[in-house]
Amino acid sequence: MSATFLGMPGNFPENSRKAVHDSQLRFNLRKATHTIRGKRASVVGELPDWQELRAAGKAIKEHTLRNLDRYLIRLEAAVTAAGGTVHWARDAAEANRIVTGLVKATGETEVVKVKSMATQEIELNQALAEQGITAYETDLAELIVQLGDDFPSHILVPAIHRNRSEIREIFLDRMPGVSPDLTDDPPALAEAARLHLRERFLRSKVAISGANFMVAETGTLVVLESEGNGRMCLTLPETLISVVGIEKLLPSWRDLEVFLQLLPRSSTGERMNPYTSMWTGAVEGQDFHLVLLDNGRTDVLADEVGRQALRCIRCSACLNVCPVYERAGGHAYGSVYPGPIGAILTPQLRGMSSELDASLPYASSLCGACYEVCPVAIDIPEVLVDLRAKAPHAAAERAGMKVAGWIFNDHRRLARAQRAATRLRKLVPKRLPGPLSAWTDTRDVPEIPEESFRDWWERNERA
Amino acid sequence: MRVALFITCVNDTLFPGTGKAVVSLLRRLGCDVDFPAAQTCCGQMHVNTGYREEGVRLARHFTEVFAGYDAVVAPSGSCAAMVREQYPKLARPGSKGAAAIAEVAPRVYELSEFLIDVLKTEDVGAYFPHRVTYHPTCHSLRGLHLGDRPTRLLRNVRGLELVPLPGAEECCGFGGTFAVKNPAVSAAMGADKTRSIMDTGAEVLCAADNSCLLHIGGTLSRQKTGVRTMHLAEILASTEEAQ
Amino acid sequence: MSAREEILARVRRAVAGAEDVEIPRGYRAGRPAEGAVEGLVELFAERVDDYRAVVHVVPAAEVPAKIDACLGGRRVIVPDGFGRAGGWDDLDTADGVVTTCAVAIAETGTIVLDHGPGQGTRAQTLVPDYHLCVVRADQIVAGVPEAVARLDPARPLTWISGPSATSDIELNRVEGVHGPRTLEVIIST
Repeated sequence: MSATFLGMPGNFPENSRKAVHDSQLRFNLRKATHTIRGKRASVVGELPDWQELRAAGKAIKEHTLRNLDRYLIRLEAAVTAAGGTVHWARDAAEANRIVTGLVKATGETEVVKVKSMATQEIELNQALAEQGITAYETDLAELIVQLGDDFPSHILVPAIHRNRSEIREIFLDRMPGVSPDLTDDPPALAEAARLHLRERFLRSKVAISGANFMVAETGTLVVLESEGNGRMCLTLPETLISVVGIEKLLPSWRDLEVFLQLLPRSSTGERMNPYTSMWTGAVEGQDFHLVLLDNGRTDVLADEVGRQALRCIRCSACLNVCPVYERAGGHAYGSVYPGPIGAILTPQLRGMSSELDASLPYASSLCGACYEVCPVAIDIPEVLVDLRAKAPHAAAERAGMKVAGWIFNDHRRLARAQRAATRLRKLVPKRLPGPLSAWTDTRDVPEIPEESFRDWWERNERA
Repeated sequence: MRVALFITCVNDTLFPGTGKAVVSLLRRLGCDVDFPAAQTCCGQMHVNTGYREEGVRLARHFTEVFAGYDAVVAPSGSCAAMVREQYPKLARPGSKGAAAIAEVAPRVYELSEFLIDVLKTEDVGAYFPHRVTYHPTCHSLRGLHLGDRPTRLLRNVRGLELVPLPGAEECCGFGGTFAVKNPAVSAAMGADKTRSIMDTGAEVLCAADNSCLLHIGGTLSRQKTGVRTMHLAEILASTEEAQ
Repeated sequence: MSAREEILARVRRAVAGAEDVEIPRGYRAGRPAEGAVEGLVELFAERVDDYRAVVHVVPAAEVPAKIDACLGGRRVIVPDGFGRAGGWDDLDTADGVVTTCAVAIAETGTIVLDHGPGQGTRAQTLVPDYHLCVVRADQIVAGVPEAVARLDPARPLTWISGPSATSDIELNRVEGVHGPRTLEVIIST
């Protein structure tokens, strides 16, 4: 995959404007997000103790983050004792250097990959390619994205922006040896992917994964998946390298009882995902390496409001209920982390120096649907508002807000401004100029009343 | 009971009829209504757009103006949610501002909360012989958790036929300055909302927030749909005599 | 400073002064006591069936005959400790695998393998296209917490809920990608 998110031009309003006018994309996104929304609601509704689980999930993550140093050390000791090797990476470049070095040491030039947000975040595939190593994505959606030279647009289902007929076209164009009679029937498309990857799984010597959870107490890593590509990669190759963000820790084995209930129901809307693999250190003769990744996470951790974003378990429930995501699509966010969680995570991980990143905290109507479904109760609107206070503001907007603040600071000034508006009420055009034209492009302006409420009260009631 | 009306800046300036409706409704129910003249704006626009300093100043002003009342009633779920849910996050814990907020914020009610939870009435004696659909605005639904309070009140209005709105819990796309900062997505959300409203065959769209109705109503009007928007207070204030 | 030391130092700086929290375990209060639940076999069978896996509930004495009937003419891997003669040895050409399990979860229709005796290696239950799993009624627990409590984290664990599936195309579930496309479960009562 040559595509890269870093340094993407544009800004969210501009990117989303294009997406809104792509009717095929709108249709695909609406259908997919509404399907999964319904499934999630139904399986979450089955558990009478959902709110208790959610409260526990939130607290376990908070407690882990508060004691992260201690738990990281404990994890390292447990993984090492079980025959694994632990590496630490301050940033993307260091992580990529470590992984590339480990692959080169095996003498292999091909690796198979399990879908992993962390390796997308550090753009590992590009780093490997620069060193002559080809990385093959094995998750069906990642494969679709990779073959289509495309960007992922969703955390759980990266090819959500594609429908079955588009996927068929990509397979026919780019998948070596695919039957020209391939139909767009989803089982036929899945079968084509199975055949395409089968040999690769059986002959690959090195696999790269992420992990959904790491248990400090036992050194256990956990990967949840559906297709079996994860099991293939985690089990068959001789060398397994897992790149995992430091925030993925859980203190104890028993804590999995909470997260193995929260994650599948929030994510795919199933009682349980088809496959979950757990392993502790080097298993069945494998060579196992764990790369612990910071890459900006400790900066996020230092922010009292923003640090709650590190509780995220990447379920993507917030994307599926977000009205903005549903219409803008994932690419508009210009990051591997799209949707509401991306809007608070990306600006914290990358900063807000680019126009795109500075526009992300505003990519929300603050409707609160994301917070309501979040299984670890991340108050996304709260973090968005906090980031908006830190974001750079345009000079004209700042001046306008200052004037508004000055008027609102004194009711007499407000009354005078209201009377001035009343006097000018007949002069308000149907289409407003400047930034306010954004309002009147699709909406009428309300009529300004003859008298404000406060003047009416003053005239009728004050006496 | 000493009840203060917090009119909100949007209603004060653009929808005085909503304020008049609240006054007549509360008086009909036996309340002594006061309008503290020094009130202005809760500061939500500033805080939510990233101008915290200005917003904090307005929040301080609010707590001064509304100190000492038994109840503060706002015909806006959004502004009531700002005071109750967001104000406590604006002040430093243990500060004087935090104490002032803790004093005032719990006594701020959105209109339907005040009617049902404080006045304990679901039937306000209203008459409104029209087909109405209700849009629960995001901050009243997910901020204040109003639940079915507004529709319980509407169901008791004589002559009113309440029709359910498909996808009611979905945001209309207003979102304050979101509507001008992300106009394409906001308009797309508004268009989907108006389509759902049209599907109900309602004559009137009702909500507990005029700011959202400004956006939905502006869209309905631009599309020449003929559907009117009305604040909950205005429907509840309507009586047979007045019609 | 090494990366390890630097990251740990950054963490300590970042959380200095932050308050710790108590973990509310209220969700455990509603859990059924071990052995006190009726209908676990029926619930487990129903939930496995929801994944479109095939389920048979069979008295213990009839299990060997049921296995024969399920396997038919397939070339099947029989792991050490399963207690059945014969079996195919070559993973690449095997049609299927037959195993026991460590724990099964009624609420979610999940079987968990810890790859102990009778359960084979991880590859043996992955590469063949057909998996027959024999679950004893006393291995079925109510929910996820009860299963986690019974499992040994030192062992490799594979949690299986229905056949391999994907939701990657339009978010509709399609059974059968890389793992076994057919999962069959015999519950021995």
